[in-house]
Amino acid sequence: MNRYFKTIRLFWSTAFASQLEYQLNFLIELLAMLGTLLGSVFILSLFFTGGRQLGDWTWESALVIQGVYTFLDGLTNALLRPNLTEIVNYVREGTLDYVLLKPIDSQFWLSVKKFSFAGLPEIILGLYIVFWAAIKSGTSFSFYSLSVFIISLSIGFVILYSVWFLIAASSIWFVKTWNATEVLRALLAAGRYPISAYPVILRFIFTLVLPVAFLTTFPAEAILGELKFNILFFGIILSSLFFIFSRFFWKFALKHYTSASS
Amino acid sequence: MPNNPSDLILVDQLSKYYRVANKQPGFKGTLKHFFDRKTFDVPAVTDISFKISPGEIVGFLGANGAGKTTLLKMMCGLIHPSTGLVDVGGFSPQRRQAAFLKEITLVMGQKQQLIWDLPPMDSLYVNAAVYGLSDHEAKVRINELADMLELGEELTRPVRKLSLGQRMKSEILAALLHKPSVLFLDEPTLGLDVNAQARVRSFLSEYNKRTGATILLTSHYMADITALCPRVICIHKGKLFYDGDLDSLANSLSPSREVKVELKNSCSSDQFEKYGEIQDLNDRFVCLLVSRDKLTDVVSNLLTDFDIIDLEISDPPIDQLIGKLFIKGEVN
Repeated sequence: MNRYFKTIRLFWSTAFASQLEYQLNFLIELLAMLGTLLGSVFILSLFFTGGRQLGDWTWESALVIQGVYTFLDGLTNALLRPNLTEIVNYVREGTLDYVLLKPIDSQFWLSVKKFSFAGLPEIILGLYIVFWAAIKSGTSFSFYSLSVFIISLSIGFVILYSVWFLIAASSIWFVKTWNATEVLRALLAAGRYPISAYPVILRFIFTLVLPVAFLTTFPAEAILGELKFNILFFGIILSSLFFIFSRFFWKFALKHYTSASS
Repeated sequence: MPNNPSDLILVDQLSKYYRVANKQPGFKGTLKHFFDRKTFDVPAVTDISFKISPGEIVGFLGANGAGKTTLLKMMCGLIHPSTGLVDVGGFSPQRRQAAFLKEITLVMGQKQQLIWDLPPMDSLYVNAAVYGLSDHEAKVRINELADMLELGEELTRPVRKLSLGQRMKSEILAALLHKPSVLFLDEPTLGLDVNAQARVRSFLSEYNKRTGATILLTSHYMADITALCPRVICIHKGKLFYDGDLDSLANSLSPSREVKVELKNSCSSDQFEKYGEIQDLNDRFVCLLVSRDKLTDVVSNLLTDFDIIDLEISDPPIDQLIGKLFIKGEVN
């Protein structure tokens, strides 16, 4: 286990070093990140001026959802996108061979090799919005509600990661998968708004088929102290199943890996 | 078949088929390829068996697409065999157990594992962590190998600024960090200039002597094989064509030797016909092909019959022989 932590530390410090290697590019990336941030704040300000209710959510509590969304989007930019969109290149160029021959879990390697520091401010902003809006809507935090929040946030992230990884892993067969990033982004974007703001049918789909509700609405409910325990329990089981399935699928995919010819 | 303890690698009746689809040219072909893909199995490796002892250096020879790389990748566990058995040091490679992976390494001449934008040193420490080496162990090991490979400050320069030769040596260093005892090298000298090739070669032979590591390599450069590999395995169209030492391969392929003679006076071809097959005749220079069993007689006769300034006996170049071998295989 220690070896895995040390490996992550080295992965991320080298990722940071490679990002700094091109000074101008790093500067541009910082500017782009600032742009994204301003965009999110602008959308949030629209919420402020509207003063309408979304579903049965007041605007403050809807803002919590925006915060969770911003946080997950930041995590996506920092971790999921740099790593999981790279898998197809590993397959196409055949450098997956080197990964598979390392005495370390290949799914671990492919999932955490890179870390984009440009996602970090969004993560911080997201958390800030969550707590600020939660306080605004008159929530008092307890150890219990914070733990439930962290657990439900992890559930959301694990589900998002597993679905993304499943699609990326299919590049073993298709070599060039279509740009799955956009599909998943749309999925995540659907979680910008409270699940109850959608029509009943979509609500059903977003909870059970494409578990968008688990990504944003449920963590927001958790911090507001409104999450039902059975949903949390269901979420833990669902995300575990997703994760186990992603591992199983990866092992299965590797059996079919033929390795790019020389 | 039980594995004899003296064998490190056992390959028994190994075959691999690839499922491929052919695409007809043109738009119509593309549509057909998309909707109604016809696939069929293409054998890449068929029914190959051999054994390799610890410490051996074995060269795999074969034309492009002969199945060398597929064979190598089945031995290091990247490709699952269709049928047959591979055993490397008591492990089944395709299971890729950590204990097995720590014993082997793979170097591919045309694929790199070093991080392009950073100095090799950064990648080396990542690899060290992955293999569970402590920083101290890694440092000692890097110094030792850098010394053998004659690498110095190159290790702290971004990989993209290194020459191909320096990059390849760094790749080899990265691949050997964890002291593997079995080295799989797929075209390790590809694209290198003659000097760089020679340096990689001498490093490999020294590494083999120092550590007793087993080395399996494929190369397009005959010089790599003749300099490094006492034993060669020839693959032709996925089948084992020859397995044995390089010298007897040359003997069996070419039962005759080249005798080059430089004469004092010019001569004509009919004077030499009785000695052997004339390869070349140019004024005072003659090149003859003489069968091995007659060699001593012919040479002594030549020396008595002519005024000879210089005489040289050699084997025909091995790459020509291998070329012949594969053409012969085609006919068979």
